[in-house]
Amino acid sequence: MQNEELKTRITELLPTATFDESGEWLNIMIAPQDWLLFATNFRNETNLFFDHLFCLTCIDWKTHLCMVYHLSSTKFRHNIVVKSILDNTNPAIETVSHIWQTANFHEREVYEMFGVNFLNHPDLRLLILPDGWEGKNPMRKDFEDPINMIRL
Amino acid sequence: MFRETEIIKDFSSIPPLGGEGAGDMIINVGPQHPATHGVLHLVITLNGETIKKVEPHLGFIHRSIEKMCESLSYRQFIYVTSRMDYLSSHINNHACALCVEKGLQVEVPSRAKVVRIILDELTRIASHELWWGAMAMDLGALTPFFYAFREREAINDIMEQTCGARLTMNYIVPGGLMQDIHPEFQNKVKEFITLFKSKVDEYDELVTGNIIFQNRMKGVGFISAEDAISFGMTGPAARGSGVACDIRKLYPYDGYDEVVFDEVLEAGGDSFSRYMVRIREMKQSVRIIEQLIDIIPEGDFQAKTKAVIKLPKGEFYQRVETARGEFGIYIVSEGGTTPYRIKFRSPGFSNLSALDHMARGEKLGDLVAMMGTLDLVIPDIDR
Repeated sequence: MQNEELKTRITELLPTATFDESGEWLNIMIAPQDWLLFATNFRNETNLFFDHLFCLTCIDWKTHLCMVYHLSSTKFRHNIVVKSILDNTNPAIETVSHIWQTANFHEREVYEMFGVNFLNHPDLRLLILPDGWEGKNPMRKDFEDPINMIRL
Repeated sequence: MFRETEIIKDFSSIPPLGGEGAGDMIINVGPQHPATHGVLHLVITLNGETIKKVEPHLGFIHRSIEKMCESLSYRQFIYVTSRMDYLSSHINNHACALCVEKGLQVEVPSRAKVVRIILDELTRIASHELWWGAMAMDLGALTPFFYAFREREAINDIMEQTCGARLTMNYIVPGGLMQDIHPEFQNKVKEFITLFKSKVDEYDELVTGNIIFQNRMKGVGFISAEDAISFGMTGPAARGSGVACDIRKLYPYDGYDEVVFDEVLEAGGDSFSRYMVRIREMKQSVRIIEQLIDIIPEGDFQAKTKAVIKLPKGEFYQRVETARGEFGIYIVSEGGTTPYRIKFRSPGFSNLSALDHMARGEKLGDLVAMMGTLDLVIPDIDR
């Protein structure tokens, strides 16, 4: 499906979504509270069918956090990028690990690195950081390593 | 700030006798275990010999490469990517170079493009050779390891002559190649192809046809195509379940659409299918190299780029097919000389997440076969 068709289809599903076509793929900005419902639709809708979540990450923009989901369809081979802006102090968004099982590990990584709370996640624990990690989330921009052996 | 060992100290988590989970045993495989091929820690819940749950603990070789890259320039960050998936270092470098070129909108000379593909495919063969030898060794056959290294050594010699390194090459840079290829490069590669073609059938005679080996692989670690996609599995691990996911075919880069090769698919979904995909893929890689080695165009090996690269403001995503699957690099640029944020989507991380699903209900002794056919490289998982 081409970008124009995708846009019309997604606008039908979610009238409040805004689009950005400056990049390689269609970017969709949605509010965090809409994410779970639309993730389910993106996955199950027969003519969208985004069944492959190939990248899930977060960006710290200092004033806010931005969740970024890269989705593609193994049937139609179209790609989209979904972005959702989260609050800096108490970031939270619904988990999608029951829709795309790969999100389980990716969300755990974002949880420990950025401190994003994934609501209803089945197993939200530290994955990479050692047990008993205290202090700030390492991938946040304001993180300072207390040891800081080599400053790059 | 040192990591405490994660051996279970809290005995209250062990279930009481007679209740749910009675008779379960929890064992630790790793962090130092020969079958994990690196520092991976698996906490396995067993009932008798049957696996109930596999829980990977990561981070023993986490170097925070993504954070490091935020303060490295676009020429410098290539060097750390070689150290993620060290068996596909050329292909990782290739992904970074492509992503930066996408931002700069530089056209790479055709000579560089062809050499890049040849090097990628040589890397893929070398990686699969090491995997084949190591996996057979995990299953108790020591000899294949030496057979595999006999051919892999020839590739390493080619790399050493042209790139100056045998493992972490850093040869593919934004704009083209670091330097021109060695004058002997073409002859050496042709010699290697002759050698490889005469030896590759030995692999089947030695391992693939072996009845003990087949009994240990067939029907072990099944994963369906639907689950493989859901777990984000890519590369030979997913193609063993019949998922067409070869980035070289789907989203061709640097002229992969101009060479003829088949995407290797096996429908079985078990360890043996994943094994066969890699064996057949090596032959396809040779096929690609054969088409290109005689037609390396003359000309520049590098496009003219500025000494200090500044990417325009925006986001760039590039994916390539490494020996393990889809490697993605996501650069968020603010217009400066260093990236604002980099995310590496490593194939091993997603492939590992499927291990728990695959292993449940299988026997502990088969776990090695499953891990072997996922082809885990731990620095690639931890980043």
